[in-house]
Amino acid sequence: MHHLDVRDLTADYAGKPVLKGVTFTVTRGAIVSLIGPSGSGKSTILRTLTGLLRPSGGEIRLDERQLDYSRTADVAYARQRMAIVFQQYNLFQNMTALRNVTVTPEKIRKRDKREVEAEAVALLQKVGLGDKLHAYPDELSGGQQQRVAIARALALKPEILLLDEVTSALDPELVHEVLDTVRLLAAEGMTMITVSHEMGFVRELASNVMFLEAGRVVESGPPQQIFEAAKEARTRQFIGKTLYR
Amino acid sequence: MHYALHYGQVTPYLPYLLGGALVSLWISVLAFAGGLVIGLLGAFGRIYGGPLLSRLIYGYYIFFTNTPQLVQIFFLFYGLADFGLLLTPFEAVWLGLTLNAGAYLIEIQKAGFLSTRLSELEAAETLGMSRWQQLRFVIVPHIARVLYPPLSNQFIIVIMGSSMGAIFGLEELTGRAVNINGQTFRALEVFSLAGVIYLGVTMLATVGLALAGRLLLRIPLRIA
Amino acid sequence: MHAVIEQWPRFFSGPNVLFLATALLNTVLLSLASCCIGLALGFVIASTRLTRSWALLPLRLLLIGLTEALRRIPPLVVLFLVFFGFSLFQIDMAPFAVALIALTLIATAFIAEIVRSGFRSIPREQWDAAATMNFSLAQTLRHVVVPQAWKIVVPTVSLFFVMFIKDTALASQIGVLELTFVGKSFIDRGFSPLLSFGTVLLLYFLLSFPLARAGQWLEARLASS
Repeated sequence: MHHLDVRDLTADYAGKPVLKGVTFTVTRGAIVSLIGPSGSGKSTILRTLTGLLRPSGGEIRLDERQLDYSRTADVAYARQRMAIVFQQYNLFQNMTALRNVTVTPEKIRKRDKREVEAEAVALLQKVGLGDKLHAYPDELSGGQQQRVAIARALALKPEILLLDEVTSALDPELVHEVLDTVRLLAAEGMTMITVSHEMGFVRELASNVMFLEAGRVVESGPPQQIFEAAKEARTRQFIGKTLYR
Repeated sequence: MHYALHYGQVTPYLPYLLGGALVSLWISVLAFAGGLVIGLLGAFGRIYGGPLLSRLIYGYYIFFTNTPQLVQIFFLFYGLADFGLLLTPFEAVWLGLTLNAGAYLIEIQKAGFLSTRLSELEAAETLGMSRWQQLRFVIVPHIARVLYPPLSNQFIIVIMGSSMGAIFGLEELTGRAVNINGQTFRALEVFSLAGVIYLGVTMLATVGLALAGRLLLRIPLRIA
Repeated sequence: MHAVIEQWPRFFSGPNVLFLATALLNTVLLSLASCCIGLALGFVIASTRLTRSWALLPLRLLLIGLTEALRRIPPLVVLFLVFFGFSLFQIDMAPFAVALIALTLIATAFIAEIVRSGFRSIPREQWDAAATMNFSLAQTLRHVVVPQAWKIVVPTVSLFFVMFIKDTALASQIGVLELTFVGKSFIDRGFSPLLSFGTVLLLYFLLSFPLARAGQWLEARLASS
């Protein structure tokens, strides 16, 4: 049974079509990486899945259940099961790292405060920030903030983790600490959909790579295929230009 | 107790009311013009005058911006008579509006003048512009563009302030509404109508000024 | 000028000073009460304008219309509307209450706009992050937006309050015993205008200027933190 099943997804932004019919499936424990030039719609797919953008057409099925993103109940259901980590981390500026991680489970999901806090501490330690529990976002580096954002997403116990260019806003030296965290999660079997420019990383971890251009999937397959023996010329062109990033 | 709205009794007075709007605009234009002059002189005084002059002007500013306009006009209307200067209601209201607007315009214009950027002047100089040319092609256009929005805004504020003329018997929009009320006792109808006309006048003025700014000074239109 | 010196002791007699003090108190009460209620209502209006449901659209449009109108109609006209509204429907209302209602309506309209700007100053990303974690609008406001926006909203509202003290002078026109009314009444009793309105102007100034300074300090302080 597929975990996530997307068919012919279309979406518009500011009146213009951004996704023009995207189809893909994600199996449990898989890591699907979306690559492609800017504006190809990669982040739009993630934003649509998490309800920030309403799709104009297509079907989205989570565990065989079809989701209607025009219904708030379905959007809430999707957000319960999929957690997103943003390129700009989007941590709540008025909260410490610990609070950022505990606020949703405690205040929104109404779980027990002590349990939530214990889990949050463990998560922050897991991403290597056990000593920064009470730091505010403006006291943390970009890499640290991103790791808090990952911990925050994990605190939601998502079935699928959406990573939207999580290293693109970081200074190069800080990229590896975030990638290490993602490696850890991959090793634990977390289902992930990532949008990334880090080709080496994609190649190492992804179980399936999708190359998108202008709102459509050009080619999809395992990393070996996409990176070494792509079927489409466009794919080969893109890989050739970006391989040594 | 119930009161039925009868706009029919008030609509015949519509031309009279609209005429009042014109009077409001006229007073506002006169007061704003006077205020601009005060603002200009005051701004120069604050920038180029010595510390004493600057402080005096600043004192004028904080006095007029920390006291109510109505009391300022009352003071002028009744107080100047003590010094032998008898002002008609129109003169007192105009003077009060002018002095009040002038205070705000001093600070607005001062900020505008001080906003000229050294980098622009240096660029103009290296391009071989004379002082006069720098003034004409660089300084004045820049200042005009910076000053236009706050000045437009202040004009709208003056229009709103002109309604106080009614208290002194002036026949501007509010004053005429008061007169109509005195004749027909249809207060809700006439004052709501006056309100709508004020809305129309201020919105037209805002849009008109914004468009003029766009056309004449190439100030980009902003949707608030 | 000699009139001022001559009338001085009579002007500042016990009862007169009491009269002035009462008027000053009423001025302060009018401004403070209308701004406090205005803050509460303004917050509610600004929050309501953030809702997205179709069901609330008529309400949102009504609120937008009212706040835009009340900010563009001269306060005197609003005051007359409320005053005559009550009197024509034969509802017996004390002048103070009438003025308070009219001034509160105006203050609410302006403060609602200030709060709305405060909300809009919070970056889109903060709203997005909350949304993706299933925060309701109320929860987003409570946990994320208000804790960040208050630093801009509170000083701006304070400065508005100081400016609004001047608008309470219009309440004199419907008979409220505030500073402007009292100043006029002194003139009617024969005192020199210089002395009467001079004193009133000074009192307004002493009320407004220090508060304005305090508000600017608060603004600077919160902006840097």
